[in-house]
Amino acid sequence: MSKPSNEGFFWLLFSAGGVIAAVFLPIIMFMFGLAIPLGWIAYPSYNGLLALAQNPLVRIFLFVLCSLPLFHWAHRFRFTLYDGLQVKHLNEAIFVFCYGGALLGTLAIGYLMLRM
Amino acid sequence: MTQLPSTEFHPRWYREPVSTYWWIGSWRYSIFILRELTSVAVAWTVVLVLLLLRALLHGPDAYARWIHRMESLPLIVLNALVFCFLLLHTITWFNLAPRAMPVRVNGKRVPEVLVAAPNYVLWVAASAVIAWFILRAS
Repeated sequence: MSKPSNEGFFWLLFSAGGVIAAVFLPIIMFMFGLAIPLGWIAYPSYNGLLALAQNPLVRIFLFVLCSLPLFHWAHRFRFTLYDGLQVKHLNEAIFVFCYGGALLGTLAIGYLMLRM
Repeated sequence: MTQLPSTEFHPRWYREPVSTYWWIGSWRYSIFILRELTSVAVAWTVVLVLLLLRALLHGPDAYARWIHRMESLPLIVLNALVFCFLLLHTITWFNLAPRAMPVRVNGKRVPEVLVAAPNYVLWVAASAVIAWFILRAS
């Protein structure tokens, strides 16, 4: 935390990502993590899912869906590590790890959505 | 604590060291830490979605492999746990909204339940839409 003036911006990302995660992630995890693997519902066909993911609006949605919650994670996990582990000497490394991870994930989803 | 100016020869202030596990003793603190840990569930879910999209890009075989991997029992158990954490995030997030933004009508504060309720309506509606899109792709 070198510049306190940046905290507002990071908090905004945390907040926006928190809303996206709260509204959309439970149903996605329920469908793909539980309902489909346990056979409660049929597999989405490859072609059907691909066509869905290729829709321009869905691509924008998926970009936001992946990117913002990662910044939510970065902010919250950073403070979990600061407060939970109390490892002050590692704070800079934690910052780089968290926001670096969120940035990498954003680049990955950006690349995927451009190629889709 | 007020910080008195410390001189070169002033002893360091004594501070009781806090245990790393300070949050285990009390239910309130445990919930706090559990809520903070929901961010890990959020990140995990995003990683799974990224892997799914990558598999879609790589072709039908990669997609079949992704589905197959999701069917392994340890992963299902883990994802069930992750799902519970996601629900904890959603509930704590929605219930926090009325405290972050108190709504007043005619100078009276609207009950928190009424402020949080639209969030839940939105949540159910959005979940239904997502589920419908996924089911339609079957």
